Amino acid sequence: MRRFLRPGHDPVRERLKRDLFQFNKTVEHGFPHQPSALGYSPFLRLMAIGTRSGAIKLYGAPGVEFMGLHEENNTVMQIHFIPDQCQLVTLLDDNSLHLWSLKQHGGASELREEHRFTLKGPPGSPPSATQVTAVLPHSSREVLYLGTESGNIFVVELPSLRVLEDRTITPEAVLQRIPEDNCNRRSCELVEALQEHPKNPDQILIGYSRGLIVLWDLQNNKATQHFLGSQQLENLYWQRDGSKFISCHYDGSYTQWPVSSDNRQSEPLENTVPYGPFPCKAISKIYWQTTKNGLPYIIFQGGMPRASYGDRHSISVIHGSQQTAFDFTSRVIDFFIIFSSDPAAEFDDPSALVALAEEELVVIDLKSAGWPAVHPPYLASLHCSAITCSHHVSNIPLKLWERIISAGSKQNIHYSSMPWPIDGGTNIAPDPPQRDLLLTGHEDGTVRFWDASGVCLHLLYKLSTVRVFLTDADPNDNMNTLGEDEWPPLRKVGTFDPYSDDPRLGIQKIYLCKYSGYLAVAGTAGQVLVMELNDEDAEHVVDHAEADLLQDQEGYRWKGHEKLKTRDGPVRFEAGFQPFVLVQCQPPAVVTSLALHSEWRLVAFGTSHGFGLFDHQQKRLVFVKCTLHPSDQLALEGPLSRVKSLKKSLRQSFRRIRRSRVSSRKRRGAGGNASEVQEANAKFDQDALQEMELAPVQRKIEARSAEDSFTGFVRTLYFADTFLRDSSRHCPSLWAGTNGGTVYAFCLRVPPAERRMDEPVRAEQAKEIQLMHRAPVVGILVLDGRSTPLPEPLEVAHDLSKSPDMQGSHQLLVVSEEQFKVFTLPKVSSKLKLKLTALEGCRVRKVTVASFGSCKTDDYSENDLAVLTNLGDIQIISLPFLKLQIRYPCIRKEDVSGIASCVFTKYGQGFYLISPSEFERFSLSTKWLVEPRCIVDMPEVTSNNHVHNKSGPENAARKSRESGKGPDDCGEDERKSGRLMEHALLNDEKVLKEIQSTLEGGR
Amino acid sequence: MNRAQRGAAGSRGLGTMEVKSKFGAEFRRFSLERSKPGKFEEFYGLLQHVHKIPNVDVLVGYTDIHGDLLPINNDDNYHKAVSTANPLLRIFIQRKEDADYSAFGTDTMTRKKNVLSNVLRPDNHKKKPHIVISMPQDFRPVSSIIDVDILPETHRRVRLYKYGTDKPLGFYIRDGSSVRVTPHGLEKVPGIFISRLVPGGLAQSTGLLAVNDEVLEVNGIEVSGKSLDQVTDMMIANSRNLIITVRPANQRNNVVRNSRTSGSSGQSTESSLPSSTPNILGSLLQGEEESDEEDIIIEDSGEPQQIPKAAPTSESIESLSQIELLHEPTQNGFLPSSEMNLNHSAGSISMEYEVPEQGQKSLEEDGTIITL
Repeated sequence: MRRFLRPGHDPVRERLKRDLFQFNKTVEHGFPHQPSALGYSPFLRLMAIGTRSGAIKLYGAPGVEFMGLHEENNTVMQIHFIPDQCQLVTLLDDNSLHLWSLKQHGGASELREEHRFTLKGPPGSPPSATQVTAVLPHSSREVLYLGTESGNIFVVELPSLRVLEDRTITPEAVLQRIPEDNCNRRSCELVEALQEHPKNPDQILIGYSRGLIVLWDLQNNKATQHFLGSQQLENLYWQRDGSKFISCHYDGSYTQWPVSSDNRQSEPLENTVPYGPFPCKAISKIYWQTTKNGLPYIIFQGGMPRASYGDRHSISVIHGSQQTAFDFTSRVIDFFIIFSSDPAAEFDDPSALVALAEEELVVIDLKSAGWPAVHPPYLASLHCSAITCSHHVSNIPLKLWERIISAGSKQNIHYSSMPWPIDGGTNIAPDPPQRDLLLTGHEDGTVRFWDASGVCLHLLYKLSTVRVFLTDADPNDNMNTLGEDEWPPLRKVGTFDPYSDDPRLGIQKIYLCKYSGYLAVAGTAGQVLVMELNDEDAEHVVDHAEADLLQDQEGYRWKGHEKLKTRDGPVRFEAGFQPFVLVQCQPPAVVTSLALHSEWRLVAFGTSHGFGLFDHQQKRLVFVKCTLHPSDQLALEGPLSRVKSLKKSLRQSFRRIRRSRVSSRKRRGAGGNASEVQEANAKFDQDALQEMELAPVQRKIEARSAEDSFTGFVRTLYFADTFLRDSSRHCPSLWAGTNGGTVYAFCLRVPPAERRMDEPVRAEQAKEIQLMHRAPVVGILVLDGRSTPLPEPLEVAHDLSKSPDMQGSHQLLVVSEEQFKVFTLPKVSSKLKLKLTALEGCRVRKVTVASFGSCKTDDYSENDLAVLTNLGDIQIISLPFLKLQIRYPCIRKEDVSGIASCVFTKYGQGFYLISPSEFERFSLSTKWLVEPRCIVDMPEVTSNNHVHNKSGPENAARKSRESGKGPDDCGEDERKSGRLMEHALLNDEKVLKEIQSTLEGGR
Repeated sequence: MNRAQRGAAGSRGLGTMEVKSKFGAEFRRFSLERSKPGKFEEFYGLLQHVHKIPNVDVLVGYTDIHGDLLPINNDDNYHKAVSTANPLLRIFIQRKEDADYSAFGTDTMTRKKNVLSNVLRPDNHKKKPHIVISMPQDFRPVSSIIDVDILPETHRRVRLYKYGTDKPLGFYIRDGSSVRVTPHGLEKVPGIFISRLVPGGLAQSTGLLAVNDEVLEVNGIEVSGKSLDQVTDMMIANSRNLIITVRPANQRNNVVRNSRTSGSSGQSTESSLPSSTPNILGSLLQGEEESDEEDIIIEDSGEPQQIPKAAPTSESIESLSQIELLHEPTQNGFLPSSEMNLNHSAGSISMEYEVPEQGQKSLEEDGTIITL
């Protein structure tokens, strides 16, 4: 309705709105979902990760990150940086090549797509003729060599991506100089590897799939030497001096070959099957790194004995007598070694191994004894156990921050102290204005504390609640029980472990009081833990209480899971948050709401059966209230258990699959398979679509009644010091809202501090409000006499907030999924309302009070409601008048888990999961914006020993072409920049706003 | 405890039923044989007897389970009253000469509290000529066709009244596509359609909605561009006073109007839609007003009460009453109202468009109350 009335609104307010609100998706935190390719530039010291959805992300020093997105959303197969340039080439699974470059724009670098190109064969040739299998950016920076399935090697000019047809290396040309008897046409099918000679840029090594390796002279266009491998080839690697190279093979062997100009056909120097003698899996990539002490590092991926360790995802490092097979938790996508990039240096001297697995990034320090892992400052695997909830706390006091960091550092002693080796680029973003914590609860009963202040979401501390309970999951049951003399020498690395053995441990609600350091955590089996931060290890007994939420209900039968068994006697806890109280709800249904009042020392919790209040000072249950409707059989029996058991069986079958899964198949083999799968999927989708057309989806229109199930489900709990009974005296109160649209208010009597231990806390029900539209109550808030939300507990005591106005009359805001309603207090009469669903057909999913500051003046700020709807829109609604300020589409409405995972911060930012492992960060505020801003300078090319004879005139020609094209390019860049990252959030409102702002700027 | 009482009454109720009768300030209690209630005339005589008013003409009414005061004036409604009484039959007797007919009908028990509507409907207090049968107030409306005068003939605006929980609204909606006339010719556009009526449900019993009717608006909000789920949510959110504008699949039963020029039927649906928008406000205002009183508060575990509205400023009352007055025709819309609304002249219609908006605007600026 308000939509019709909006014309004629206040221009002053409109201007103010522009100064206050602005929507931006700023940065993606966490680990890219389904990574598919890895690249590294030793020159820029930047790493690039490509994903199956066509995204490409560049990472350097902490805070330096870039993201690009291919329009096609196809899988990125390969990433290659152009040597000594701020450019890279990506190969997608649709066989298209894309040239990206990092360019400075407005003081910061930006990643942009410059050109795209698809190799075209002669008319009538099969698609395999041009299917690119290997890419070699030549050190001259002028050409790319593209090996194909047909065995042809095409030469493509940079940066125009034009094929230089006369320079194509055909199999026929290669075979000319090779004796007929050992070779035929078929040995030149499929180029598996292309490597440039490290010292002589005129020579490249060509490896064909069937084992033939040819050293090709680019100057004279002929093969100078050839090597006949007996096994199917996987990859090649040059030794630093160019005197030898190493090849690795499908049968799990690797071979060293000498290179000399006088010998046309060489015999291998050495052929090894590192994990023989039984059949082994392929070695798909190998590095040979020289060191000063003469012992090389041989680092390779795969090669495990097929029968007994064929399912392991491993990378082995051999250095003299030391040998370790790093055993990854998921498939290894690719890896690289960071070594001395100075061309003048005599040895490689490797310092770190960087491995990209499907679910995490692992970096191994090769310099320190024992090869410890390095703690990554970014790309954290948020999903090492599935995220079940999140909680954000803004503006953490320094003291608490330091204590959490110190507790976390004690957990990280097994990590290497090596500084992060990927350190390209410079972070020029301003320091984060405050310390923010993001807490994630996980399915395995852990809570992770993330530093969410800046661009790098960094793990500070990990808390486990498992120790309080007796579970089937034996903490010592890891796969790494191999002794010293075990062969192969496997060592488990990485933290990804999504297989929780007891889903009851899952964390559902978290509440942290940043002033007192009290933390309340609640879980799937009705467990509520109250914890305190302790800087030392301690052993103590956790006080245990049970809250029977069903009290006088009879004939009830809980069919869900059992409650968790607790450990008797004292339990040892490491430094950090240590539980001192455990309340278990009975029946042990999932805790659906939680509130902690650190000043009154009370914790309130609710489930689908009712809610309770616990005094954690006296360790006494104050009261419980059953909210069940007698007819609600579903809640009584616990239907969630059915959902859970389904989930459990799914988990088990996943585990079976995981056990039996044959590890990393051949890249190309997998590629072929993937297309089949895609086809099948497409067919399935089509079928499903047809089916849908046959039987259209229907929706029943029925009024909500009191008998609907889950009306008693407690959705929200809230503590407030307000006027509940009469307008002369305020008192502590507890408010609860249910799924059936009921709000309960309890008047609390908390004894004064000096008698806090002597007198019991009392509670008495004072009010019960039934919203007649019966929609679930998702938020309750009390506004003080100035219509400001009441401050958090202890906020006033710490001088961080004005004390609330207790003179004027207070108001109660009840937010249901459908409406916002303001009531007066203490006598409840309705004052204002905003009907969201009746007007727009959307429902409230998340709501928070956020403070918005003006970007123009420092002294203006206001509180508004930030609301996320089931359509994925974000709306800002003013307080206390409940007027819609602005609306932004944020999450796709089909992305139910994204919408469910959203958390708002107190200062108008927010996070939601875009995949199990990634948080998207967004900002609604013009003032509080955390986004990457970094610069990548071209380092000086120290010594250019790659002088290409032919390059002179061509180079000049290219330059002239480039400069001629300059202005056009620029316009194109402008257009493209908006598309980067923003493809999903481009929306009319934003465009309109941009146009508006440019118009104003013009004036 | 309440339940125990009811149970006891139930077992006893097989034989007799308690009757509490009120005339003036006097109460009488007696019992009746539930299985043999007899005829209305006998009952009428009995009432005159127990109240000792043998020669006074009276009107007899009872409160039904929804708390509405309904008349008893023939055998049928007498038997209905007896069969639904649980546990007690409450009878109200008025002298015929000073009877207040408006007391009967829907919301009669709550309407009294609604000061506004009483102020706005002064005729409520006037006596009306006595017609025993077919007083609209004697019946509870379940549905009505409204706004006939302003909608194109191809559309129908139906209002469904949902009482209690005994009868489901009872219909389903689905996605579909419809053909529209646009400046670019015929175009296929997605639409929302009624897909099924539940037998015995409110929607079916009205006879005003049918399968394959296209839903155009829900309580004045156009549904075009909204997803099936959005429309579902809107309907459920408005389920207590649901106004749906449909384009019936069967266009043969449309009301033929003479007041319109013949050109009007040739209008495309699109051109007529905007003209119907202003009236949306009317329907909405009304709807909101009704639901406003419905939230319930229980203070200190006492009796449930309806939550009152916070006192609005005098200005707002003025603007409120303005709107209410102008919309009185639709306020009374639960009358089978096509007749009434047909009387409107074009002039009054255009007034309807403008004035509410003005009133609304003043509210917006005022900013103190927007409880509409």
